[in-house]
Amino acid sequence: MRIGADVGGTFTDVVLEGTDGSFTSTKVLTTHEAPEIGILNGIEQIMTEAGAAMADLVQIIHGTTLATNALIERRGANTALVTTKGFRDVIETRTEGRYEQYDLNIVLPKPLIPRKDRFVVSERLSASGDELIPFDEDGAAAVIEEIADGGYQSVAVGFLHSYRNPLNERRFRELLLAALPDVSVSISSEVSPQMREYERFNTVAANAYVQPLMASYLMRLQSELTERGASCPLYMIHSGGGLMSVESAADFPVRLVESGPAGGAIFAADLAARYGRDRVLSFDMGGTTAKISLIEDFNPATAKTFEVDRSARFKKGSGMPISIPVIEMIEIGAGGGSIASVDSLGQIRIGPHSAGSEPGPAAYDLGGTEPTVTDANVQLGRLHPETFGATGIDLSPAKAAQAITNAVGDTLGMDAATAAIGISEVVDENMTNAARVHAVENGKNLAGFTMIAFGGGAPLHASRLLDKLGLDELIVPPGAGVGSAIGFLRAPFSYEAVRSFYTNTDAFDVAGANTMLAELTAEAESFVRRGTDAPTVVERQVSMRYAGQGWEIPVTLEASEFDDQAAELLAASFTKAYEEFFGRAIDDLRIETVSWAVKVSSVVEPPERVLLSSDTEGIVASSASRPMYDPVTDDLKESTVIYRDSMTAGAAIAGPAVIVEDQTTTVLASHHLCVMQPDGSLLVTREGAVRL
Amino acid sequence: MSSKRELHYQVMWNRLISILEEQALTLVRTAFSTSVREAGDLSAGVFDRQGRMIAQAVTGTPGHVNTMAAAVPHFIEDIGPHRIYPGDVYITNDPWKGTGHLHDITVTTPVFVEDDLIGFFACTAHVVDVGGRGYGPDASEIYEEGFLIPIMKWVTRGELNTDLVNIIKNNVRESDQVVGDIHGLAACNETGRRALKAMLAEFDLDTLDDLAEFIFDRTHAATMAALEPVQKGTFTNTMTVDGYDEPVQLAVSIEVTDKGMNADFTGTSGISKYGINVPLNYAAAYFTYGMLVALAPELPNNYASLAPFTVSAPENVIVNAVHPAPVSVRHVIGHFVTDLCLGAMAEPLPNTVPAEGAGALWNFQASARSADRDNPVPPIEILMFNSGGSGARPTLDGLTATAFPSGVMTMSAEATEQIGPIIIWRKEIREDSGGAGKQRGGLGQVIEIGPTEGYQFEFQAMFDRVANPARGRNGGSDGAPGKVYLDDGTPFATKGKQIVPTDRRLIMELPGGGGFGPPEQRDSAAMANDIEQGYVNSGGLDG
Repeated sequence: MRIGADVGGTFTDVVLEGTDGSFTSTKVLTTHEAPEIGILNGIEQIMTEAGAAMADLVQIIHGTTLATNALIERRGANTALVTTKGFRDVIETRTEGRYEQYDLNIVLPKPLIPRKDRFVVSERLSASGDELIPFDEDGAAAVIEEIADGGYQSVAVGFLHSYRNPLNERRFRELLLAALPDVSVSISSEVSPQMREYERFNTVAANAYVQPLMASYLMRLQSELTERGASCPLYMIHSGGGLMSVESAADFPVRLVESGPAGGAIFAADLAARYGRDRVLSFDMGGTTAKISLIEDFNPATAKTFEVDRSARFKKGSGMPISIPVIEMIEIGAGGGSIASVDSLGQIRIGPHSAGSEPGPAAYDLGGTEPTVTDANVQLGRLHPETFGATGIDLSPAKAAQAITNAVGDTLGMDAATAAIGISEVVDENMTNAARVHAVENGKNLAGFTMIAFGGGAPLHASRLLDKLGLDELIVPPGAGVGSAIGFLRAPFSYEAVRSFYTNTDAFDVAGANTMLAELTAEAESFVRRGTDAPTVVERQVSMRYAGQGWEIPVTLEASEFDDQAAELLAASFTKAYEEFFGRAIDDLRIETVSWAVKVSSVVEPPERVLLSSDTEGIVASSASRPMYDPVTDDLKESTVIYRDSMTAGAAIAGPAVIVEDQTTTVLASHHLCVMQPDGSLLVTREGAVRL
Repeated sequence: MSSKRELHYQVMWNRLISILEEQALTLVRTAFSTSVREAGDLSAGVFDRQGRMIAQAVTGTPGHVNTMAAAVPHFIEDIGPHRIYPGDVYITNDPWKGTGHLHDITVTTPVFVEDDLIGFFACTAHVVDVGGRGYGPDASEIYEEGFLIPIMKWVTRGELNTDLVNIIKNNVRESDQVVGDIHGLAACNETGRRALKAMLAEFDLDTLDDLAEFIFDRTHAATMAALEPVQKGTFTNTMTVDGYDEPVQLAVSIEVTDKGMNADFTGTSGISKYGINVPLNYAAAYFTYGMLVALAPELPNNYASLAPFTVSAPENVIVNAVHPAPVSVRHVIGHFVTDLCLGAMAEPLPNTVPAEGAGALWNFQASARSADRDNPVPPIEILMFNSGGSGARPTLDGLTATAFPSGVMTMSAEATEQIGPIIIWRKEIREDSGGAGKQRGGLGQVIEIGPTEGYQFEFQAMFDRVANPARGRNGGSDGAPGKVYLDDGTPFATKGKQIVPTDRRLIMELPGGGGFGPPEQRDSAAMANDIEQGYVNSGGLDG
């Protein structure tokens, strides 16, 4: 038996995978002061329900927002940042840009480490890693004295061009630990050896900032587990969507940031493989945000850098950059709790503010008075008091209507029903636009993608998004409410080592590239070996661009080693990738390589294929129905209501209909057809758009 | 209008903006020009069949705000309405009909449904080169600044104008990149055209006219509502900036009526001998940007939100340079127009208008050349964008080392050193450079750079706010003026062509922003923090 445990902001989800591969799950409240208590309670609860003992567990896989929250809430250690003399303020002056052009009162993100805690040492490397100014031993000793006097718990070290030559950073660490053996130290050449000082310094600062907290949490969790009889190994899920050992996680806790959402993407990727769908759009909608990621050939898209703590409407540049390998997703302020309002143009706007779980949507009748997306769904008949799964909540359609009328309807001269249509259409349009822009950013065309929808809110909106995006097929898997935790159990052990190494096709440094690839492979391999002896696969990637451009695109390397044909080979691969991205290549330009990545992962057995089928034994009759707004005919339609667990494989429902279950509701418009699959998934297609 | 129709129009309005953002994003990713990708020096818009802008992508620089909007009517007029065919693509880089200098190429594509013209897509981006002397202020007439493409067809009914391609190829440096970027602009319009047609099909429309009217009505009403509380009258301001070879006085008189605002620039200095002159359409963009950011920051840019903002100026003052005045680096003066106009509105909008800031960027644009003729090294061009401090706001400190009104971003020092023979020895906050005040001005920064071995830098200095610092407001102190010198103490002119020798470093101290309100009213905790963080040292401007 295995456990997947996802500690989120509100709930801790615990999933138990039985020896027969079946899942049971539970949700407990997250215990913020000591998150291990929530997990342990959840695990004990689910084991008791299963009639099993802690000793029956063979593996526990854990993902947590603890590191992310510590960064957002600024609850990390008293941390110092040591940098090259002349570059003390890199993390404060950032890009020198404003993320919002039209705001005179813009507030820029505060640096994670304030200026008084940033120290400099005289030393300097050139772009090729050669010494320009020698490392100042006396100066370093003086800084270490200040660090001792300042009582810092943790120290981040980021020197210029250390991704090319880590010796000075290592030397500083050696001196620091000799003097202050109890201090945590993170050096940028280990945490994130990528070019671009703002991102790298910020990443090493973030790592140092959360390290004492995370190390102590992981230690407590592990010892508590042992104490309660779970002697099985504990592994952490990282932001790149793989497993890492607790030791690695304690060394590089910044890699735990965004690990929960990564679990959702792995969940979808596993389903994609199961159903043999090689182009999938994963759509995860919760109470506050919606997340969209692209999965091709059963692998989620990845990136080398992302932003945490975007303060202003999730706007780019309003957060802090972290350069680590991460599953790429777009997150927008569109969840069930997102609040609707009308702006000065008379336009309906959704979010980014959310009513959260307290006070919650107006329909929850727990004191919320502002209309939310959930309230619109209640008004439109998609959610109904009789079939609303969440325990302890008595949905009030009257309160929903009141809130919508007050904040939207009255302003626009619409009745509650029309205003609710507006709210629903705008939030669906926002998600659709975000998905399209995300696809464009990744050089993809969404035509032919299959949508997989999970999270409490997604199945309510997914069929509308399907139509708006012009996709043909939607899958609503079972267990959608705890998708991330299930995803944890599907993840391979993996580690991606990334390093900047600049060369170009006119004068390709074959020896340098080979050495670096070998080093990256060894590094990634050693991390994976901390967790497993299983066979591994190695993937190599290089980010390239035309000389003169500032944006790189990733190119997969087929070979593990280069010979003197390297430049031609790389140029050909880049040209092909560029054409795929942008439609056309450009002749006769030099091509540059910027960063290189090697990912080593344990081989995961491909899941057993499940054949999706629209074959049906006929439309199931249901005696229950209720009026629901149908966006296709644009009017109220009497719609079928059916419980998901009453549907057997092959049973079909024709829209308009709602399929209800504990944690969510799947909505079908009048031209949708839904067929229950043997594994419990719902397959939704449009009439005349059935793919077998 | 029925409520349902209303909802459809709201959805389509959102969709149009999203389509344009997709276009802009593609341009940023493929562009070769540094200022496109780092400064967002590009724009994309959709227009109705009369050439009125319906929506525009929000990009990094305000310089395209009105210029872009005004461009399409010129295209319609110059091409001739009867010569607009399906499959056509038009082009220009005329500074007075496009966006203010030859480096910006604007491409416009008509959209047809069946045989009916329903509108246009247009986009603009700064290209790497347009021939002539290269990018800089040295030309005395526009003829020396490069080639000018009058409004003409790039593609006629699907047929590429290969003569024009050939002429461009033979007249610019880096011709593959330039022609590549023009193709990129045309492809960007084509993407927009297809997405628009898909949207029209989805909503069962065959014209944009009703949607455009809806958007204009809504925007007009919101713009008027934003202007309504503003005190009517005429408000003036003057500002002296360093200029190129002599100080430039900028003067504005803003008349606020119940119909809108007009900025008149009478009293402004005459045109310069150098390419820092500004076409009036570009000055209009920075005026309008200033007014919108102060009064109605949430309004989208379109025909109706821009129409109430007009400008006037005598011919051949520096902000109304006419052909053939040189205008290559029009942003150097143009960027001050926003602070100038905001300053005029400080009286009627005392709780909105910030103090003056560093304004113009301190760009370092150098030609790295061999320091020793006998040991030639490959010539390399280097470009860095750097910003001083912005002015303090009525309730907030100014922004440190952050551009305003430009949306420009800096480049990573490590990335810059990877590409060019430059070493950036220092790039740090300049202590004590923010003007003291109840709210402190944003701090400037100190930058120290030098060539790598074997190279020297030859470059055109264009650093402003050295003789004329950013002024404080409401009793706030001025920001620190800028300084430029070599590390051995050799003074360095802030304007003009000079050399940084191989073994020397250039030190630039960028100006700070002005303070807002009397310094003695500064919150004691804020003051203590300034000292603790080292933003202010005793004896500094705040001391």
